[in-house]
Amino acid sequence: MLPGLSFAVPLFGLLTEPVSVAHYLVVGAILFVSGIVCMAIKRNALGVLMGIELVLNGANVNFVAFASPYLQGAGSRSLGLDGQVIAVFVILLAAAEAAVALAITLNFYNNHATVDVDRADDLKG
Amino acid sequence: MMPYVATALFAAPLPLAFINWHSFFFFLFAAVACGFAVAVVAADNVVRMAFYLVLSLGATAGLFFLAGAEFVGAMQLMIYVGGTLVLLVFGVMLTAQAPFVSIKGSGRDRVVAGVVGVVLLAVLLQAALSVTAWKQPAAGIVAEPAATPIGMALVGVRVDEPGVGAPAQNVRPGYVLPFEIVSIHLLVVLVGAAYLARAKRRKTPRAIEVAASVEPPASVAEHAAIGRDRSRGASVLSGGR
Repeated sequence: MLPGLSFAVPLFGLLTEPVSVAHYLVVGAILFVSGIVCMAIKRNALGVLMGIELVLNGANVNFVAFASPYLQGAGSRSLGLDGQVIAVFVILLAAAEAAVALAITLNFYNNHATVDVDRADDLKG
Repeated sequence: MMPYVATALFAAPLPLAFINWHSFFFFLFAAVACGFAVAVVAADNVVRMAFYLVLSLGATAGLFFLAGAEFVGAMQLMIYVGGTLVLLVFGVMLTAQAPFVSIKGSGRDRVVAGVVGVVLLAVLLQAALSVTAWKQPAAGIVAEPAATPIGMALVGVRVDEPGVGAPAQNVRPGYVLPFEIVSIHLLVVLVGAAYLARAKRRKTPRAIEVAASVEPPASVAEHAAIGRDRSRGASVLSGGR
């Protein structure tokens, strides 16, 4: 009955099989590309910051997926603790980066009365 | 009535019995994470973008839990969603004057960024799906706490995989040095952020101030502006923009 059902509902086959590392990599790729596009098209400085958060998060998904021993098939070895610790460090550095970037943004807003990154052209020759 | 419904649901040869619930929740969280990440890109209102980002990162924490990395998932929820995003929302609230809530980019930029994004996504997906070892189905989650090995490794003792071989080689290095580097980094960032944000807030933004001021002789105006802005290092001589 199962093949017939999978044939009838193509996506149902996905739900009956266990996930693999590749599933996580696809999610990480989508988050990463969303962040890149967000950084490229947003003119609000805070929107650019949110794009950076998305990019870091997409990288974290990959690290955690490769670190998980449960997602690996037989015979392949996971990153183990290294991947999880790197993910924790990335989260901490993202927090630090957000604090500094927000301070810069607020300073820019105080001095220029805008958060539009296209207006930040004082250094243009 | 409910028990009968449930019994009928599970006893009948329905698709529900074949569902791998780990996969089901993976796809649930993955759909929320990816969908709201795309919504962050698509939204123009910065307040909505912040809210979508909260949902996307929260769903990503669910993905971490499903991968067996519950410590990383908890850190994601506490630091990212609870700290970083609250900081971002404060930034949004402090700068959300009416003209800046939604700044639209030009249409040409959007088209170019969309094309580049699709191409990049195609390359990444091709790379992610090309290795057969990464497509082997998972063995399944075994309940095993991950917080203790991480905590011990951060102070330099590995309890997860003891090294093999002679007793001299039996010591695996932990993460003391990265931990110290990150600690110093956080301290420097704390001081730097406090230094950057220390400037006093203006009563009125500069553009309004310049526009509203009457026009005295230029030398007098520049002199006054320099005196006012010396502490902030603002470049008033370039004129109000």
